[in-house]
Amino acid sequence: MRLTSFCLENLLRLVLLLAAASVITFALVSAAPIDPVQAYAGPENKLSPEQLALIAERWGFDKPAPERYLMWITSLLQGDGGISVIFQRPVTEVLAERASASLLLMATSWILSGVLGFVSGIVCGLKPGSLADKLIKAVCVVLAAAPTFWIGLLALSIFSVALGWFPMGHAAPVGLTPDEVTISQRLHHLFLPALVLSVSGIANITLQTREKTIEIMQSDPVVFAIARGESKFQIIRRHLLRHIALPAVTLQFASISELFGGSVLAEQVFSYPGLGNATVNAALNVDVPLLLAIAMVSALFVFGGNLAANIFYGVIDPRIKRGYDSHD
Amino acid sequence: MINMRTKTLILLSVLLVLLLGFLFIGISMDPELYGSHMVNRLKAPSFEHFFGTDYLGHDMFFRTIRGMAFSIIIGLCACTISGLIAIALGTLSAVCGGIVDRVVLWAVDLAMSIPHLVLLILISFALGGGVKGVMIAVALTHWPSLTRVIRAEVLRIKTSQFVKQSKQFGKSNAWIAFHHVVPHILPQAIVGIVLLFPHAILHESALTFLGFGLPLDSPAIGAILSDAMKFITTGQWWLAFFPGLILIILVLMLFSLGDNIKRLLNPQTAQE
Repeated sequence: MRLTSFCLENLLRLVLLLAAASVITFALVSAAPIDPVQAYAGPENKLSPEQLALIAERWGFDKPAPERYLMWITSLLQGDGGISVIFQRPVTEVLAERASASLLLMATSWILSGVLGFVSGIVCGLKPGSLADKLIKAVCVVLAAAPTFWIGLLALSIFSVALGWFPMGHAAPVGLTPDEVTISQRLHHLFLPALVLSVSGIANITLQTREKTIEIMQSDPVVFAIARGESKFQIIRRHLLRHIALPAVTLQFASISELFGGSVLAEQVFSYPGLGNATVNAALNVDVPLLLAIAMVSALFVFGGNLAANIFYGVIDPRIKRGYDSHD
Repeated sequence: MINMRTKTLILLSVLLVLLLGFLFIGISMDPELYGSHMVNRLKAPSFEHFFGTDYLGHDMFFRTIRGMAFSIIIGLCACTISGLIAIALGTLSAVCGGIVDRVVLWAVDLAMSIPHLVLLILISFALGGGVKGVMIAVALTHWPSLTRVIRAEVLRIKTSQFVKQSKQFGKSNAWIAFHHVVPHILPQAIVGIVLLFPHAILHESALTFLGFGLPLDSPAIGAILSDAMKFITTGQWWLAFFPGLILIILVLMLFSLGDNIKRLLNPQTAQE
């Protein structure tokens, strides 16, 4: 019962923020010093002024901004985002195709960074000061500061150019139709971008889990457990994991917004046909309908992540659940 | 044994020399140095060209320094503007409370609701791209997290015992602000602003890398890396490697400076 009201409250907040985000996005895009009619018709059109005026009337470019906003948002809510200028296809179609590619990439690297970061954080934290700890820590500190696209470029020149292990980019071999591509080919193309995208996440999770592990291993319950004669494995399972799981999960969910930003960069380096790649193309080639729709999808993505996190905390940590049970 | 204070001082002075060096050498540099010399096309790194040359014969070493100067200017702008916004909003929110507090917190949530990079792209799109677009986009989007920190800190001091005591002794609000609040907020704000600097630089280079802002042959780190992307397949690794490395070294130093100051300000870790 409390859970439903908690979810409803969150949902209301989400809808309000989304509405405000849509207003800001629309205002920003409308403020751009471009002629929307020319942008719609494309740079190399040979249309007469009368035809251009017709386009303006058809799409409402001659109306004031608030009215245009209402037109845009109502049609978007009905599932019509207009026609993308670059792709010459409905925006929703482009989005669906791009989003599935991007989601695959982001989900893979999200899981990869969570698991790798968590495990290496525990390895470091159990033996602080050891050679492995120093090495992993140093690598993580550097990786946390490195821009995603630089790591992508290095990964390409090492693994694709010098060693030839992975393809140079794209989501599938060039020249094949989508149904000819095998799953192994897709995974082969997915691996390097996903790894590059997960790098900054791995570094953050490792460093944080390491700190927490050191802290917990020196805490009274663990010292007592050692005195009781519990084995290392028992201590990890009974005491350590329970304490370090929640902060790691929190950080992992908080990184979702950054993950989207990182995917824009990673997709650009690997020419991976996802949302990030489409964002850049839409903004550089003045594809207004597509840019607006992608901005909204990215906002929705961040909200989804936050909402999932809020609900998930209650599931894994009974204290938080009790927190919103008593809170009224 | 060198203690943390000395270490931080050394780091700070090295960083200042580097930053000012990049800035002055980069700005006053003879454009000839990073200009195009077709005789020296695609040379691997050597003593003559430390970072090699690109396909137009640009010396990558000088081009990198020039690019870093540009990044540093953008970083400084972002620090100042975003820092001021964060301090103003955070303080306002904590002092006024009530509806003002709610509005500020909501604005923070709103600014964080769109992925940062997408927001940067949107703002730079709204301004028609170019250097101005990148500069304003980076300067205007780094305040939300610092605003939260400042707000929490002011709130903590506002409700503390010694401030209540001062009030009962009849001190004016201005006296309390100067003698109690500012000394507590300033260090926090400085750490926040120092840590904001590397983020701004990284975002500037990301935005330039994606093609917003500067043309590809211009000397900016992002543009250099984006340019280098085309030559990865043919094995010119130095085009991307060194400029990125310089960027990372600067970012790492800034991060550790911020961390060190934070530790020094915390009485529990200051003596380590």
